Amino acid sequence: MLKILKYSFYDLMRSRWSYVYFLFYLLLGFVLLFLNNDVNKAVITLMNIIIVLTPLIGTIFGVMYYYNSKEFTELLLAQPINRKKIFMGQYLGISISLTLSLVLGLGIPFVLYGLFKSAAIFNFGLLLVVGSFLNFIFVALSYNIALSTENKIKGFGYAILMWLFLAVIYDGVFLISLVMFDEYPLDKFSLIATMFNPIDLSRILILLKLDISALLGYTGAVFRKFFGTNLGMVLSMSILILWVIIPVTRINFKLKNKDF
Amino acid sequence: MIDFKNLHKKFGKLVVLNGLDLNIKEGGIFAILGPNGSGKTTLIKCLLGMVIPNEGTITYKNKSVLRKWDYRNDLNYLPQIANFPPNLTVLELIEMVKNLRPKQSNEQDLIKLFGLTDSLHKKLGNLSGGTKQKVNIVLTFMFDSNLIILDEPTNGLDPIALIHLKELILKEKAKGKTILITTHIMSFVDEMADEIVFILDGKIYFKGSVDALKTQTKNDNLEHAIANLIAKQYA
Repeated sequence: MLKILKYSFYDLMRSRWSYVYFLFYLLLGFVLLFLNNDVNKAVITLMNIIIVLTPLIGTIFGVMYYYNSKEFTELLLAQPINRKKIFMGQYLGISISLTLSLVLGLGIPFVLYGLFKSAAIFNFGLLLVVGSFLNFIFVALSYNIALSTENKIKGFGYAILMWLFLAVIYDGVFLISLVMFDEYPLDKFSLIATMFNPIDLSRILILLKLDISALLGYTGAVFRKFFGTNLGMVLSMSILILWVIIPVTRINFKLKNKDF
Repeated sequence: MIDFKNLHKKFGKLVVLNGLDLNIKEGGIFAILGPNGSGKTTLIKCLLGMVIPNEGTITYKNKSVLRKWDYRNDLNYLPQIANFPPNLTVLELIEMVKNLRPKQSNEQDLIKLFGLTDSLHKKLGNLSGGTKQKVNIVLTFMFDSNLIILDEPTNGLDPIALIHLKELILKEKAKGKTILITTHIMSFVDEMADEIVFILDGKIYFKGSVDALKTQTKNDNLEHAIANLIAKQYA
């Protein structure tokens, strides 16, 4: 598996898009620090961008890589290697190379700006951890979609729809339901509804840590009261891990009976 | 050496293999023929473990191959479409495949034979279709395995490369290897194949030597003999 991982990783690291992605984050980091002049504020702005953008890029890269490397995957399937290892290697290769672009692209400007002397280092670290989780989650989700959809165009469409749903529509439906049912106790409902969306969950995780949960309004207040910051953190992290494990398990399950 | 028994495969409602039985003995060149969509590639992919049959068994050297993977160390496969990761160089790809198979390889001779020395450090994305096919052939023939499976090996090759390919196949045959070939080029079959396996409607319709086929269809020309077999499907 490590061999496949290595080559997928090299292949991606040398593609133009990895550089574009890396340079984008590099530029974003510098511009935010230059405009805000404050690491803490830059972290909040970054959060808003990372939480929408990393899932999108993870989704697109995942689907694209799967369909583009289809013939090559067939070549690998004819080699004496276990199916599972081929796909897990590719999955980790994409996720790790995207994570590296994110961590290096944002890390460099922040370190140059004097992150290590700032108190924001933990918040910034958390931001990168959540961003990495989102990469792993959305690459896994998009691989699931690609594995189940033979048609490239359809697969791409479904993947983008999934992103749109989790990043935008879900929040809208969530808000409408809160407004519609505001006569009922909604604490538990909103808590559970948050768990079912990795993007919302990541947002709350960071906001809890940043101590600005008042910004979150309703859900944040419930979250704080209910869990206290530490327990909430542990719980959200475990659910993020589940969000990685479940789609990866489904990939392996799907592979068993897949024809190539 | 290879035994397919009662093989069934459906893709949705489309029945591709319908109770196919086939036995291939060790040594020689077997041409797998049939009209488009008759199930040639599906049959090969079942043997490779890429397509999982709905029913039936496949054994290689008396061991079942279904859901196994280690038997593939003893076979070489040339896929129909060669599409490699565009950002790797030819050399890196060769090293990678070598890395994946713990086996002796003789890629140097093959690289020279197909004149790929100058292309070794080029990225695969920049190669022409024919050159990619040559890389594909090098990857297939560089290992010493008992079974060699070639899916449309002549695709995009220039005449010199084609001659080299034929020599290569004959050399492997002389070593006692079993070679399965699918192709639509009948002159290639006429020249190379010891035995023809003709698939129609997901079953073996004819199996025997080239001469036997010619006598059976009362046709001296292989192309017409095969057309004769296929025509029955259109009738």
